[in-house]
Amino acid sequence: MDIIETKDVCVSYEKKLTIHDLSIKIPKGQITTLIGPNGCGKSTLIRTIAHLLKPSKGTVFLDSQNIAQKKISDIAKEMAVLPQTNNLANDLTVQELVTFGRIPYRKRFASMSKMDHEKIDWALEKASLQDLRDRRLSTLSGGQRQRAWIAMAIAQDTDTIILDEPTTYLDLTHQLDVMLLIKELNEKEHRTIIMALHDLNHAARFSDQLIAIKKGQLQVSGPVQKVITQQNLRNIFDIDAKIIEDNSRPMILTYDRWRGETV
Amino acid sequence: MNQRLKFSIHLIISLLLLTVLIILSIRFGANKNGSSTVFNAIFHFQKNNIDQQIVRNIRIPRVIGAILIGAALAGSGALMQSITKNPMADSGILGINSGAALMLTISFAFFPHLSTQGTTIFSVFGAAFTSVLVFIISSLKKSQTSPTILVLAGMAISAFFTAISEGLALLLHLKQDLAFWHFGGVSAVSWTQLKNLGPWIAIGIVILLFLAPSLNLLHLSDDSIKSLGRNINVIRILALVCVVILSGISVSLVGTVAFVGLIIPHIAKFLIGTDYRQIIPLTLILGADLTVCADLIARTINPPNETPFGLIISLVGVPFFIYLARKDGNNA
Repeated sequence: MDIIETKDVCVSYEKKLTIHDLSIKIPKGQITTLIGPNGCGKSTLIRTIAHLLKPSKGTVFLDSQNIAQKKISDIAKEMAVLPQTNNLANDLTVQELVTFGRIPYRKRFASMSKMDHEKIDWALEKASLQDLRDRRLSTLSGGQRQRAWIAMAIAQDTDTIILDEPTTYLDLTHQLDVMLLIKELNEKEHRTIIMALHDLNHAARFSDQLIAIKKGQLQVSGPVQKVITQQNLRNIFDIDAKIIEDNSRPMILTYDRWRGETV
Repeated sequence: MNQRLKFSIHLIISLLLLTVLIILSIRFGANKNGSSTVFNAIFHFQKNNIDQQIVRNIRIPRVIGAILIGAALAGSGALMQSITKNPMADSGILGINSGAALMLTISFAFFPHLSTQGTTIFSVFGAAFTSVLVFIISSLKKSQTSPTILVLAGMAISAFFTAISEGLALLLHLKQDLAFWHFGGVSAVSWTQLKNLGPWIAIGIVILLFLAPSLNLLHLSDDSIKSLGRNINVIRILALVCVVILSGISVSLVGTVAFVGLIIPHIAKFLIGTDYRQIIPLTLILGADLTVCADLIARTINPPNETPFGLIISLVGVPFFIYLARKDGNNA
């Protein structure tokens, strides 16, 4: 079953058409990763799916319903969105940040319920942040900070979690921590994960489905094995990649600039 | 719980400080009054007793004026910093004060016989017009307003409007009338003004307290707020209305007073943290503390002359602000 579907979606951002007639389907309960070169429209597509940008044409469906006709307060109970790394909220403590995740379930002036407290504790535990809950974000490492933002999305307790480049600016250990956390959310908590990633090896190792975008158009999509091929990488990234297999998943050993013709 | 206790203690201390400052302000000035004069002026007022008249008709409205203005300026500063996500924002930097001052200049220039109420309407209109203009300019470029562009637009508008007011003042020889508004001070606040403007400041402050819980959301980006299912534009518009009311009226009452709106919210945050439900009430009271204290110093430091109020605020406030900023930097 598909949790999200876009039909002939066009998006203009700052008066430029950045996505052209894009139709994709994202299956429920899986990890789907968007890949593509800088400026290809990954972030724009992520933001459109997350209902943060309105398509100029076409429709986005969330659980078979037109997302434009849903209330944003209802959407917030179905999907959590982690925007690209931002430096806001650094004065807050980890717990204060994670508490924001409960906003969709609270009336404007109501105080927190027992359920809210439980979900917050649970989210902190999932992200291994119990010991850091009273620390300010500004005093944490980049990886810890990113885990705190993910914990906020966990506390939102939605079936779908959308992440825009969750590993940007992190060193390789922290990148791995974040990817393992995301994988765990998918496998143990059965969350649908939709994210944009730059690191193709991470995308290949942790995803079920890949969607490759180039110049705002769908290039290829499907299971990892089908997308990560030498020919596809030439077309998408203009690179000539040496692909090997690791744990029955494709892995890029090294790559060079592709000097031939792109299709 | 701990945090709530910390907040209560800070709130009580700043209220006690305010009480002491109010008592001192009513007693001391160019001439000193005993407790009995003050008591009698309030409860057994005799019209022909000059000391009692000073207390009742000059000192008391002046203190109430200082309290309201301090709360209004500090509160609108906190609001500005929060909605623009810029720690340097206040109604001065966003050009709103200059808009109010320009309309005051225009009212002096072309409608010299206007009542106080009339000039106030002019200045609130100026504040409203400028803030809308600043928000329009800053939203021209992108679909969402960027804090930096907002401040840049505010500073540009501020420079432009100040140039026009200064030009008008020079051309029409209004320098004398306007000098007061440039220095700023609560010396001329009367009961009539308080009756006319006080309720509006009170309304602004009520909106502000009502908005406080929502301001916490503004720690996050607009995208995050929207994905949590809240509409931030409603909060922004209400906040803007509130800022316009508070800063427009403040300028028309006491002129442009710098720094209160900038430093007080920071002091409140240094003291109690990041929760706006606590920051806003503390900001309001600390703002009143600062202006009442500054006004007290302004009229006692060199009697019977009045030292400009804004000058004292900078002298008292800035070193304290730097001290706190340093202290916080060491803790982090």
